[in-house]
Amino acid sequence: MAVAKDGRVDLIDPLEIKEEMLRSYPVKVARRRARQIVVNKVEDSEQVPEILANTRTIPGILTMRGCAYAGCKGVVLGPTRDILQITHGPIGCGFYSWLTRRNQTRPRTPEGHNFMPYALSTDMQEEEIIFGGEKKLKKAVEEAIALFHPKALGIFSTCPVGLIGDDVHAVAREMEEKHPGVNIFAFSCEGYKGVSQSAGHHIANNKIFTDVLGQLEESKEGKFRFNILGEYNIGGDAFEIERITDKCGLTVHATFSGNSEYEDFASSHTADLNVVMCHRSINYMADMMEKKYGIPWLKINFIGANATAKSLRKIAAYFDDSELIDRVERVIAEEMVEVEKVRETIRSRCEGKLAMLFVGGSRAHHYQELFAEIGMRTVSAGYEFAHRDDYEGRKVLPNIQMDADTRNIEELTVGPDPTRYLPRKDEEGMKKLGREGVNLGEYRGMMPEMADSSLVIDDLNHHETEVLLKRYKPDVFCAGIKEKYVVQKAGVPLKQLHSYDYSGPYAGFKGAINFYREIDRMVNSKVFRLAKAPWQESPELAGGYGWNE
Amino acid sequence: MQDATGLLKETIMILRHTPQQLADRSALTVNPAKTCQPVGAMYAALGIHGCLPHSHGSQGCCAYHRSALTRHYKDPVMATTSSFTEGASVFGGQANLIEAINNIFAIYDPEVIAVHTTCLSEVIGDDLPQIINKAQAEGKIPKGKRVIHTNTPSFKGSHVTGFASMTQSMVQYLAENTGTKLNQVNVIPGFVEPSDMTEIKRIVREMGLKSVVFPDTSGVVNGPLTGKFHMYPRGGTTVGEIRSTGDSRLTVALGKLASAAAAKLLDRKCKVPFEVLDLPIGLRGTDAFIDTLRKTGGVSVPESLMTQRGQVVDVITDMHQYFYGKKAALVGDPDHLTSLVQFLTDMDMEILYVVTGTPAGRKFEEGIRQYTGEKTVVEYGPGADMFRFHQLIKNERPDLIFGNSYVKYIARDEDIPLVRVGFPIYDRVGHQYFPVTGYRGALRLIEKILNVLLDRQDRDAPEESFELVM
Repeated sequence: MAVAKDGRVDLIDPLEIKEEMLRSYPVKVARRRARQIVVNKVEDSEQVPEILANTRTIPGILTMRGCAYAGCKGVVLGPTRDILQITHGPIGCGFYSWLTRRNQTRPRTPEGHNFMPYALSTDMQEEEIIFGGEKKLKKAVEEAIALFHPKALGIFSTCPVGLIGDDVHAVAREMEEKHPGVNIFAFSCEGYKGVSQSAGHHIANNKIFTDVLGQLEESKEGKFRFNILGEYNIGGDAFEIERITDKCGLTVHATFSGNSEYEDFASSHTADLNVVMCHRSINYMADMMEKKYGIPWLKINFIGANATAKSLRKIAAYFDDSELIDRVERVIAEEMVEVEKVRETIRSRCEGKLAMLFVGGSRAHHYQELFAEIGMRTVSAGYEFAHRDDYEGRKVLPNIQMDADTRNIEELTVGPDPTRYLPRKDEEGMKKLGREGVNLGEYRGMMPEMADSSLVIDDLNHHETEVLLKRYKPDVFCAGIKEKYVVQKAGVPLKQLHSYDYSGPYAGFKGAINFYREIDRMVNSKVFRLAKAPWQESPELAGGYGWNE
Repeated sequence: MQDATGLLKETIMILRHTPQQLADRSALTVNPAKTCQPVGAMYAALGIHGCLPHSHGSQGCCAYHRSALTRHYKDPVMATTSSFTEGASVFGGQANLIEAINNIFAIYDPEVIAVHTTCLSEVIGDDLPQIINKAQAEGKIPKGKRVIHTNTPSFKGSHVTGFASMTQSMVQYLAENTGTKLNQVNVIPGFVEPSDMTEIKRIVREMGLKSVVFPDTSGVVNGPLTGKFHMYPRGGTTVGEIRSTGDSRLTVALGKLASAAAAKLLDRKCKVPFEVLDLPIGLRGTDAFIDTLRKTGGVSVPESLMTQRGQVVDVITDMHQYFYGKKAALVGDPDHLTSLVQFLTDMDMEILYVVTGTPAGRKFEEGIRQYTGEKTVVEYGPGADMFRFHQLIKNERPDLIFGNSYVKYIARDEDIPLVRVGFPIYDRVGHQYFPVTGYRGALRLIEKILNVLLDRQDRDAPEESFELVM
């Protein structure tokens, strides 16, 4: 689609902006950052320039990144309402991950387990640091079970735990022997592991895979059953997705891990397909489930109305059922009526405006769809904690070099389950899907879908943000809470794409409408234009009756 | 509960797993009434002009602290981290900190880097003074710039003691006694809001005294939107001002937990005498502050402050019937709690529970009891958490609760009015701009309390006693 030229972008050489970013850096920093700031160029067969990602954050650089604990407890396990979660460590980590991520959950009954409003911690004191914290941890597990009667309990390690050598896994085993009705497992997700939240995702995936998945054989009703991986129900996204899939006659068996329950996870290997939303945080699980149980996976995206429609069509094609395919088309047609109505009005006000996205491991990609739908251009984007495959596509996986930080994160060796491995598609079925453009186990990455000359920046930091704001003057900037007011002080609205600024949902059809309206509100708001007082705009004086001498 | 359509809908308890039956716990904390030291140190460091706080540990700590402070202030909170990896955790964080110092001065050019430790660097045993000296020796600290540090292991104290430690370090590194006394008073405001710091400065000014208030986050975390971002906003106590505290006549430390340590060190280091007072919250809390300034400064209390004081007494007497005998439960930070309890009991409210996760000690409990007597339940330190607080409330119901945003879950479940005060407040604005300290702050507190109590009375009043005039 042709978009009007914009002097802010089309007359600027992105390389020059990159140079400006690097100019203030000490040599060593500049050398590293030069490989993490890339001017996009999509060649034939979707070849894009190589970007350095998933590499150490440079000490002293104002980064957006968090830690492995945040990725494990905060991101992947946090949204699960009935796995009781104990943070083993001093009080801070448990406190900060308490209800701050907006993972909505809806227990099935008013009495149903919902542990999410509870922050449990061993509140480690100096004594435990010196003499070891295992004793206190065991006692805390006992007390937690007595109070909450959970089916499952996870223990999450914070930095000092690894250093003082507490064996959280041994504690988990011992406590499970004492409480055979409770599945107890532990995560070595100390904050210093890896280089970002990403390490924590992997650690969480591994443990859920070994200790929870496949524990229950009860399947759910439904002809077309699938799991959604990497959907954390921020602002109710999973509710909207489920509304749509219900309407299509599809059955979501488990969502990892928004609005989810332990039992959904434990029996998720009985579903026939995994669809992956957030590739970065959960592709490990998709991969391992395929190897062990023969469940193929499909990268989809429910962010954006067109993307939602496309994703539904892919799922229907996978199940290869004409009735389902027709029903999906009917649902899309029905839902798109309202979407298009709202979109056209808003598009007329947003067309050609500039967006920037620096968030997550997948959102910076997904949300470009939504902006495109209202005619907005994404001129610069990047991830906070993604890997090269999220930028360049999974085709680069064999070429990714393992560094020491990645090697420290356990990689499970998974083979077919002797009794439960069941390939869901035969070779012919796979080929047919390929012909229809549905490629299982594939993710093309963000960069092949971005325009040439866009600036792609991994692990964007504060200094580079300032340069971006100054040079491009974007109409909206998407990042998180730490960046929000920095950017807004500079007169540019910031949309939080971690917490959605306490609104949402933005997934699916209704979510798309919400997002169009939200962006319209932000980029067309009068208030930023009021930053200057009238006398700053026109400082000339007209009379002299004041106190002037 | 009735919904908008008038139909009875089932009340869903969010904290439905909290039983009324109290049971002792010795190892498990549930819903903490405190957080860790480093966030307090980071907040204090923001109160130095031109300072970039630096977190020496994994980057998650820094991300969490910045997020917490940003949510509370809805303003930029800039801070850097040593970004430890597994290697640094094994070999120590020296290389990371020196690299960080070099990068920070090169890229962000602050006047001061204020380093605080985390549980990780404390367990490793990094020797911060040695590392800073090494950075100095290697020429990583530009001339005229400063790197200060404080030790804030998260396995001790709380955010309040972390604030105290960083404030103490300001004295340790920056205060100097030149031998020439200056006609000024030091005021250490405690872990209060920027609006409170502004109010405290205003009071001292009204008293006709010169002061150095430190740390001072006003103008740092409640700045204006002008269309231009400033990495180092106008606010904050300058290094020069902090240096001069060593020549001041007196230090007034507000809040025992958050401020006394720095005042004592200033006395030891620079021979500046000090007075430790409770936070100037409420009528008598403010009286004590003003009276101390009056006596030590040899000045009289101006009419303007007397008028404001009189207004506070006036409103309390006007509305006394609504305060009298009301039962309150409080959870929060010890310095705030002590002064609040005094204020509420002065208005003839009854205090049921006072809970803080900060290990505030026997003296804190005695301080509370001098106002409340023996019947009030006072709990502090590890184990004193909001779960326990909620259970207490289930056993005897208060008429209103004071606490931070996390208390709203309890308030909703139990259908009890909540007055938001303390840290963090994530779901309302106001604290950044309007103080709870001083007589003006007392008026604001009174308004807040009356609003929730009278709204409740209006909501629950039967038709015949729904009052127009109250």
